[in-house]
Amino acid sequence: MTSPPSGARVTRAWDVLHGVLDPEVPAISVTDLGIVRDIIDHDDVLEVVVTPTYSGCPATEVIDAAILEAVNAAGLGPARVTQRRAPAWTTDWITPEGREKLRAYGIAPPGSCASDATGGNVQPIRLMARNVACPRCGSAQTERLSAFGSTACKSLYRCIACREPFEHFKPI
Amino acid sequence: MSTAFAPLPTTASASTATPSTTTESIAFTPTPTQAYLMRIGDTCLIHAQRLAEWSGHAPILEEDIALTNLALDLVGQARALLTHVGRQTGFDEDQLAFLRSERDFVNATLVELPGRKMGRDFADAIVRNFLLSAWMNVLWARLEQSSDAEVAAIAGKAVKESRYHVAHAADWVVRLGDGTDESTRRTRQAVARLWPYTAELFETDAVDTAAAESGLGPMRVALKPEWDAIVARVFAQAGLDVPAAGAFRSTGTLGVHSEHMGYLLAEMQVLQRSFPGGQW
Repeated sequence: MTSPPSGARVTRAWDVLHGVLDPEVPAISVTDLGIVRDIIDHDDVLEVVVTPTYSGCPATEVIDAAILEAVNAAGLGPARVTQRRAPAWTTDWITPEGREKLRAYGIAPPGSCASDATGGNVQPIRLMARNVACPRCGSAQTERLSAFGSTACKSLYRCIACREPFEHFKPI
Repeated sequence: MSTAFAPLPTTASASTATPSTTTESIAFTPTPTQAYLMRIGDTCLIHAQRLAEWSGHAPILEEDIALTNLALDLVGQARALLTHVGRQTGFDEDQLAFLRSERDFVNATLVELPGRKMGRDFADAIVRNFLLSAWMNVLWARLEQSSDAEVAAIAGKAVKESRYHVAHAADWVVRLGDGTDESTRRTRQAVARLWPYTAELFETDAVDTAAAESGLGPMRVALKPEWDAIVARVFAQAGLDVPAAGAFRSTGTLGVHSEHMGYLLAEMQVLQRSFPGGQW
């Protein structure tokens, strides 16, 4: 069996991972999410480097398995997934395409979190934490219902204009 | 805490075992460096265990979800630290969490104090979560500069999580402290009950000194000015007085725990103790 040239193997792997969906937000792929940091061809093994989203994300192991399965199914294996903790994942790494997919799926994408690093200067937050546009009608007249939602990465909002509830992917 | 993939009914093998015997505890003798990290990891783990008790019992659904989400982050942070120490000591995260005896846990006593099950107030859960989250937030920010690259990486993620932990807890402290007469009364009670246990968060011993000298992490006492500032600011908004310092010192970080710890561990460890190596 002959393996494809190294560069082609890595390129094909990126393409394959573009189709591997996040198990908790199945609207976007692991590459849209920005958690695949690198793909390295070691000749014998293809290494996929992944940065975890949240410390306690219960989907981490599922994501690793889904990546391995997809890479192997495409004939690019053997492969292994390694974790890279630093630099820590941020929602700023979600691609523009990923943000659009989130919106289309009904989840308001995260704003930039570059200005969110309040450090020790934490102020008590209020219900109207920040302006989040409704992913359905686009209105900025929304209010937060719950800081936490169905998964660690989302909070629950309601649109005052169109009355629809929606989820917001929190910037972190 | 183990791998997610074993097929669900792993009880096939477990059910044939007789759950009458108790698994022996591991013999765990950490170096000062490892003890420093275990104090943080255990504090995250035990705090998570207490927060998780609110699952299905918080006053409102949103808070039920919130407290358990925070617990999930804390379990993740604990896993990272326990795995890191485990690599140096030959144990895995599950052995360290479920097969250590009480005296080998080195969490601050504050986080093991009774939670929902002992009839303690929601105000206690909120005030404790605030006091502890503020401390963790200051600590993680310092640990981002740790000389141990893995610890710095863990902290880089955890510090972001601790920000919304403090923000959420502070929001509730203000809401309850500056709420109705009843919520104010109960929040003040919670502060009075818990405050004496915060002194331990800023004690100094050989473990702290060694960590500071090696650049692993700060001495606990170095966290106090920033923590004091956060507490003072939020308490002022909540209309709560910051209690005076007292002489009492709890000793959980030395492995000498309150009478509540045994019950907590019994519940947390029973499955692994009864079915050694059982996988989820």
